[in-house]
Amino acid sequence: MKAKLDQIREQALAQIRNCDTTDKLNEIRVGILGKKGELTSVLKSMKDVAPEERPQVGQWVNDARAEIEKVLEEHRTKLERAVREARMKAEVIDVTLPAKKAEIGHRHPNTIALEEVERIFIGMGYEVVEGPEVERDYYNFEALNIPADHPAKDEQDTFYINGDILLRTQTSGVQVHEMEKGKLPIRMIAPGRVFRADEVDATHSPSFHQIEGLVIDKNITFADLKGTLAEFAKELFGEGTKVKFRPHHFPFTEPSAEMDVTCFKCGGKGCRFCKGEGWIEILGCGMVHPHVLEMSKIDPEEYSGFAFGVGLERIALLKYEIDDMRLLYENDIRFLKQF
Amino acid sequence: MNTSLSWIKAYVPDLDCTAQEYRDAMTLTGTKVEGFERKDKNLDKIVVGQIEKIDRHPDADKLVVCQVNIGTETIQIVTGAPNVKEGQKVPVVLDGGKVAGGHDGGPLPEDGIAIKAGKLRGVESNGMMCSIEELGSNRDMYPEAPEEGIYIFKDDVEVGADAVELLGLRDTVFEYEVTSNRVDCYSVLGIAREAAATFRKPFHPPVVKACGNGEDVNDYVSVEVKDTDLCTRYCARVCKNIKIGPSPEWMQRRLASSGIRPINNLVDITNYVMEEYGQPMHAFDLDTVEGHKIIVRRAKDGDQFQTLDGQMRKLDGEVLMICDAEKEIGIAGIMGGENSKITDDVHTVLFEAAIFNGANIRKSAKRLGLRTDASGKFEKGLEPRNAEDAINRACQLIEELGCGEVVGGIVDVKEPIPELRELPFEPERYNRLLGTNVRNEEMLEIFSRLDIRAVEENGQMKLVLPAFRQDLIGMADIAEEVARFYGYDKIPTTLPSGESTNGKLSYKLRIEQKARDIAEYCGFSQGMTYSFESPKVFDKLLLSADDKLRKTVTISNPLGEDFSIMRTISLNGMLTSLATNYNRRNKNVKLYELGNIYIPKALPVTELPDERMQFTLGFYGEGDFFTMKGVIEEFLESVGLKDKKEYDPNAGKTFLHPGRQALVKYQGHVLGYFGEVHPEVCDTYGIGTKAYVAVLDMPEVVPLTTFDRKYEGIARFPAVSRDISMVVPKEVLVGQIEQMIAQRGGKILESYSLFDIYEGSQIKEGFKSVAYSITFRAKDKTLEEADVSAAMKKILNGLEQMGIELRQ
Repeated sequence: MKAKLDQIREQALAQIRNCDTTDKLNEIRVGILGKKGELTSVLKSMKDVAPEERPQVGQWVNDARAEIEKVLEEHRTKLERAVREARMKAEVIDVTLPAKKAEIGHRHPNTIALEEVERIFIGMGYEVVEGPEVERDYYNFEALNIPADHPAKDEQDTFYINGDILLRTQTSGVQVHEMEKGKLPIRMIAPGRVFRADEVDATHSPSFHQIEGLVIDKNITFADLKGTLAEFAKELFGEGTKVKFRPHHFPFTEPSAEMDVTCFKCGGKGCRFCKGEGWIEILGCGMVHPHVLEMSKIDPEEYSGFAFGVGLERIALLKYEIDDMRLLYENDIRFLKQF
Repeated sequence: MNTSLSWIKAYVPDLDCTAQEYRDAMTLTGTKVEGFERKDKNLDKIVVGQIEKIDRHPDADKLVVCQVNIGTETIQIVTGAPNVKEGQKVPVVLDGGKVAGGHDGGPLPEDGIAIKAGKLRGVESNGMMCSIEELGSNRDMYPEAPEEGIYIFKDDVEVGADAVELLGLRDTVFEYEVTSNRVDCYSVLGIAREAAATFRKPFHPPVVKACGNGEDVNDYVSVEVKDTDLCTRYCARVCKNIKIGPSPEWMQRRLASSGIRPINNLVDITNYVMEEYGQPMHAFDLDTVEGHKIIVRRAKDGDQFQTLDGQMRKLDGEVLMICDAEKEIGIAGIMGGENSKITDDVHTVLFEAAIFNGANIRKSAKRLGLRTDASGKFEKGLEPRNAEDAINRACQLIEELGCGEVVGGIVDVKEPIPELRELPFEPERYNRLLGTNVRNEEMLEIFSRLDIRAVEENGQMKLVLPAFRQDLIGMADIAEEVARFYGYDKIPTTLPSGESTNGKLSYKLRIEQKARDIAEYCGFSQGMTYSFESPKVFDKLLLSADDKLRKTVTISNPLGEDFSIMRTISLNGMLTSLATNYNRRNKNVKLYELGNIYIPKALPVTELPDERMQFTLGFYGEGDFFTMKGVIEEFLESVGLKDKKEYDPNAGKTFLHPGRQALVKYQGHVLGYFGEVHPEVCDTYGIGTKAYVAVLDMPEVVPLTTFDRKYEGIARFPAVSRDISMVVPKEVLVGQIEQMIAQRGGKILESYSLFDIYEGSQIKEGFKSVAYSITFRAKDKTLEEADVSAAMKKILNGLEQMGIELRQ
């Protein structure tokens, strides 16, 4: 009996090892372990074995079966792996073929720059608000300390609808709207379209965008203005960016300043980009003029604040090295796709 | 404002700095230097030479060979200049030197022109004699230079001396950007005063002494100011026995450095004083002044007047005029009259230094289209004390330069001159505003540099502000003075303390941000177009003559008709942008814009218009009507408009294809419209293919939006689907079929989807084949056949009532 079993086993193992497909392997399995298989038939013939030998023979059969099954399984795994390997070998692709893109659209460079600025100021606790583009003279000029005969009104070449209503020349009027709401403290930025009667050329457009900023609280100082805008410049143009504040004049701030940043192209050494200056003028700012606070019913003895105004196109042109402002309003898809 | 460094140094003699240092320091104290130009930047090795001998060139008719003594030696120079004579002293550039430009006076090359010894037609030439153009200037600024040829020095210059220095070209001209509040700095003295304060050097303004003979000016002229609101001071002085001639070189050079052409001593003196003091002056020929009387009054509407440039000017009742006893002789503060102008035969001159109302001058100059140097100064609002100083300075120069004899006294008609302004000294407040700790003594030292006097009165310190600083009005102004001389750079950098605030976008802006995101996910790129456009747009869009969109907010002073109305519809910008791309052969262009339209509330405009944000999309190339519909639905769903959107084909848009347009409706609100652009409109704009546009009116959309989301569970019980196939009358819209399915499907209706639509040969005329898959599901059980059949029966009955045949 033992000899027969050994023979079956040896034969089976040899068959398995010589087998080269999983289908054949299945046939082998059925032929040995199936209902009519060789080993099964040995079990069926147990009734011919003396009862006292049956445990021994049973053990032999089980051992043989276990061994065959184990080898069978191992060989199947091996064959399957070989098949998979072969398949994958056939599936090699040229990974340098073109990508299949979802063709998403592109954001306007102005908006990209604006969202950068918004992100920075929202992080510092500023609310982004808006004001009307067609505005009253009072908000665009008078409430900003630019009375009727002020020369600054001429400098800004205003588009008028009538004597009282105009296209805003600056976003600064939003300051007044916010202050008039009477909710203090204020930390806001107000981006938006502004209009000035400039003929279109590479550096001028009769319609462009500004971002106004305003902070009103107790104990706001010029030092706070400097600190805030220095932080802003670093976030926008890079950690190494330095700022320089130069005295300037705006009717609605006092003291006033213009802020330059170190040229982000050359780091301040001077290059063609910054016309050899090493610095690039970026924004105007100042402490809110006490008279402006008073006009908006805020007590300048108790509150102070700072304001700033940034030209959005200026930032976008500088940051993305766009050399002609007209590109921003042509909407040529070859331009837009670069952002 | 341009001024040479040498002129500044005339008042700040101790000033000792490079041009760059000057520029940086002045800019940091608030007198912004835009740039500077070293006059001698390309002038090198140029000395005074004397021509000792001139010989003909052996091989060239037009050239001569000169022996030129340059002090250390005599060199040979060949020249073609027509004006050289033996004995003349001329500027000579030596071998290895440099000149600024060519003799033709064309644009100056950036790096000048290098001069080397060489041979001219075979004859050695060891340098070049220079014309004024080669030295980088011109005859306007050097009227004594010959029309053509070499510049000839006066005889008294030393041979071998620095010719550049002698010509006043060892100088640097600075260009300033003076801010509108600093009226005092529109003058050389104002800038010099700032320079002295910046560099902590003593300031020496000109000392003006009383001058004049024993006569009384009142015997020569009388002045009456009728419109004192427009003329608050009128100073007049008289000079007689005028001898017209050139002004001295130093004056000519200084004027030239400010870009003013020297003319003659009298004109140059008035210009010089205007630059120096910032006070424009005018000179009349007194013999032309009828009745020797000056009257200052407004013009009469419609008056004509000939200004000294020969032009006739039409006046109106707000233009201030200078008149004599009978007639108008000058437009106040803007330009004198032809009838009283100074000629070379003038004997007696009447000087005027007046203070006119700045705003009036500005407006008059604008209306007359005549902006002059003088009006540019007046419009800033001049300080009355300065007028008297300036006229006296001019008379002093007349005397000093031997230009005439000054008549004693001054006619001075004036409104009361305001007292000097005073402010309390409030160091704590300055420091609190600036965030600094500047010591009192330091502040007082700064004030002393600025002519701000600190005076103690009743134990209180107060500041007396100089008259020329009309911009110093309150505490913050004084704080700025402290800041700019303490140094903006020395002020610390801190962040605001105090209550923390919530940084956020307004809700409207959040929705707009979502619109951008979705448009871009769908392949649309963001464009931007102008808010103003041409009224012709409405015709281009085929709008009827009475369309309400034609009622616009109109700009009264536009850049041109093409930019004259505020848009009431956003499509023109979009179609123009698509056309631009089409023209440039860009394929598959998808654009969107978020921008306002401006709807007047009433005409004429008395209130601010309704500014309505429009989400506008447009494309041509790949895609169709339903591509656009998909973008709209993606957006609306992303902002929480989850219910069914309705589409009304009767949108009535003239600019869209009549059979391919729809209003977008949601819960009864019209949110916008979209469709295929009318072929005629495409033609008009030059878009040679089908284009699609959509406009969503954001003020309608925003109130319906929400960012709230609720989890509704994932279905646990199986769904049952039924497909139906129908033959539908052509005019029935699938939207109507869907509406029926939705109405009749009951609670177990989960969804339905169109999977086939067909019109053609197999379907009878006037009908189309439509197939839907309808899915049912219950939340709480597995549906039984009976449930589904009942629901389907209701749906099918409903559809049959619509004239729809079911196909088995």
